[in-house]
Amino acid sequence: MDEIEQRLAEVAEKNREGNVRIPSGCAICGYFSRKGKALPAVDAVDAMAYMHDRSNGLGGGFAGYGIYPDFADHYAFHIFYDNEKAREDAESFLKLRFDVSNMERIPTRKVYGISGAPLIWRYFGKLQPEIAAHTELDEEEYVCRSVIHINTKIKGAYVFSSGKNMGVFKGVGFPEDVGEYYRLGDYKGYCWTAHGRYPTNTPGWWGGAHPFNILNYTVVHNGEISSYDANRRFMEIYGYKCTLLTDTEVITYIIDYLHRKRGLKLPDVAKVIAPPFWSQIERMDAPEREKLTTLRNMYASLLITGPFSIILGYSGGMMALNDRLKLRSMVAAEKDDVTYISSEECAIRSICPDPDRTWSPAGGEPVIVELDNKEGGR
Amino acid sequence: MIDYIQPDYEVVRNKDLCIKCKVCVRQCANEVHVYDEKRDVLFADNSKCVNCHRCVTLCPAKALKIVKTDHCFKPSANYTKEIIYDIYRQADTGGVLLSSMGTPKDYPVYWDKILINASQVTNPSIDPLREPMEIKTFLGRKPEKIEYAADGSIKTEKYPNLELKTPIMFSAMSYGSISKNAHMCLARAAEELGTFYNTGEGGLHEDLYKYSPNTIVQVASGRFGVHADYLEAGQAIEIKIGQGAKPGIGGHLPGQKIGPDVSRTRMIPMGADAISPAPHHDIYSIEDLRQLVFSLKEATDYKKPIIVKIAAVHNIAAIASGIARSGADVIAIDGMRGGTGAAPSRIRDNVGIPIELALASVDSRLREEGIRNNVGIVVGGSIRSSADVVKAIALGADAVYIATPALLALGCHLCRSCHSGKCNWGIATQSPELVRRLNPDIGYKRLVNLVTAWSHEIMEMMGGMGINSIEALRGNRLMLRGIGLSQKELDILGIGHAGE
Repeated sequence: MDEIEQRLAEVAEKNREGNVRIPSGCAICGYFSRKGKALPAVDAVDAMAYMHDRSNGLGGGFAGYGIYPDFADHYAFHIFYDNEKAREDAESFLKLRFDVSNMERIPTRKVYGISGAPLIWRYFGKLQPEIAAHTELDEEEYVCRSVIHINTKIKGAYVFSSGKNMGVFKGVGFPEDVGEYYRLGDYKGYCWTAHGRYPTNTPGWWGGAHPFNILNYTVVHNGEISSYDANRRFMEIYGYKCTLLTDTEVITYIIDYLHRKRGLKLPDVAKVIAPPFWSQIERMDAPEREKLTTLRNMYASLLITGPFSIILGYSGGMMALNDRLKLRSMVAAEKDDVTYISSEECAIRSICPDPDRTWSPAGGEPVIVELDNKEGGR
Repeated sequence: MIDYIQPDYEVVRNKDLCIKCKVCVRQCANEVHVYDEKRDVLFADNSKCVNCHRCVTLCPAKALKIVKTDHCFKPSANYTKEIIYDIYRQADTGGVLLSSMGTPKDYPVYWDKILINASQVTNPSIDPLREPMEIKTFLGRKPEKIEYAADGSIKTEKYPNLELKTPIMFSAMSYGSISKNAHMCLARAAEELGTFYNTGEGGLHEDLYKYSPNTIVQVASGRFGVHADYLEAGQAIEIKIGQGAKPGIGGHLPGQKIGPDVSRTRMIPMGADAISPAPHHDIYSIEDLRQLVFSLKEATDYKKPIIVKIAAVHNIAAIASGIARSGADVIAIDGMRGGTGAAPSRIRDNVGIPIELALASVDSRLREEGIRNNVGIVVGGSIRSSADVVKAIALGADAVYIATPALLALGCHLCRSCHSGKCNWGIATQSPELVRRLNPDIGYKRLVNLVTAWSHEIMEMMGGMGINSIEALRGNRLMLRGIGLSQKELDILGIGHAGE
């Protein structure tokens, strides 16, 4: 028996994200209150339960924004550890760079269907002023590189959430079980996104579940992009290391690069990722035509082909986007100040039975919602 | 003197079918076919036959075929017939052996050891007959910075780019090495296809200036035919450093091919040999290249991309990296299996490296150094089919150059005798009666057909991979797998093995 377990463990390690590329089918869901109301996380858990068959129990996760109002200006690091040694290494790395105000095990509950969990910790910290003063990088870039350092250099440690006043909760299992495991009933926020995974493989690594996060960006993604290696190799020119070999990772990096580093506005980011066809661009008015031609030429290698629907969460906003042929289902709905996005309409109706309107966003047409008052999320 | 050389081919005439119309006699510029009036027989002098199939193709009775001779030496795997004959020829003449077109030697063709991916289940393939499938390509340097103006429009640096409707261009072939009719076909086809042809280093015939919007002009070491209007006529200017078939070697167009038109176009005396030096005598180093790049940019007001064409040689990645920092907008790399109108045989068959390996290592190096967006990459030197194009783009090329397939479309039968100047198909000749055989009205259409067919096939393959825009294929090496390659070869190509 031990032998079989050992062999399974070896297979799991060999097939873990980063060692192979694993395509996945998925369910995604998200909702956002423009007024910054504190929406319960359990709605996301319930909605995902409705789309149970879109996942296969090999990954589920949630991202919430506005969930840590008491530590709103601290980086909230959520970290998986394989063992205590990894925790000691990562903590000494963090404490050298951050003033950590609070650290704890993330509260969990025993749930049937969730097993093999790593040690899960969270830390609220601020970058030490002397580090901020001395680094040549801006603060966010410094934090970003620190996260990448832990994930690639400290064996057995994986930072899966690193933004401010937001957090990711994910693991291996069905999303509704993962939600239960993390006691998401205790959390509220102005925005929640959720993901259920259907990988065509048998990975057992918690870090491989989604949402994928860097700083305040989280991405949940349903699809398999055919442009993956073109996108990855372009991002690696700019120093991004795609270690997980997943679509979601590279999409997150693309958005981080275009939005945070290059300062592109989100509607333009959407036009880079899922641009109109040349035949459409040619029919546009001159200024728009010129702009889109420039963007498509300049960031040609960031165009994403193949089916995808993604929900991007960021500080104070949420964007949903389909690939330009709309090869994946994605439905949007509105009720008062709350916007809902989901792979299937049934999931929305399970938590919002009578929306004011529902619609199916066209391929390449982003749905962007932001807080009416940027401070409202606090 | 004893002639040691026996014919390689034999003309076989089926006497039952032959109607003695003597088309073969009239069509063969090599004077293989002879009609003996007294005996009323047609016979062939096999020693003159280059195996160009002109007679076979035009024989109305289909009475002819050419076969490889079974005349043989005592078999030896080391001293083959070709090697023995080469030695005889050099003992006869004391000269450098010449040959034409790409090397016939059995070097690995990596294109044929690379397999393309397709979608199944997890990701849908896309039907190009039902959905848009985009293969438009921009060639040139990409802007790096982007800013918003107050009105929401974006501002970037501006670099001139070529816009191609299909990622296939016609590679450089000079007027002189090929006929005016052949040039005419290329120019008209490029116009209709929305792509570009390349003048080569022989200048631009005055009748072809009207195709300027689809012309790339070349500036090579001989500087033949280069003047202000010529530079203006090109949409891009290509500095030719080297050619895949003859890296490190210049060019030599014999005086007999320099008639009045070629003389005027090249701006050299009639009948004088046109010799292009091996190096550019103003480029002895990379910093000199930068000066020529900027001289040409100054001369054309920074409106035209500058292409630097180099032969694929061992240190190609470092050379390309230097070029990418020289101000050039596009690097064209020509592989060792590429064609030529005439090259020393030993050079053609032994110098350089295959384009697949050169492309892969250049693309990887430029990415490692963060300068891939400084330049476009165009590859040539044996792109033989649409599958080769797809593989080249997935390895990292922006576009490809084709020349041999274009000549084949015009009727070339790859007899590899261009250097004789007696091309029976009217392509690689300046002899007026031979040139007339190539009808530009028909020839250009065949080129258009060829590239159109390839473009359709590219779209089919892209659709199969679930890719509907060529930019998502570019550098997408995950779409490729090697078959029967060593780990080292796979590492250089940056691809996995089939089954991985």
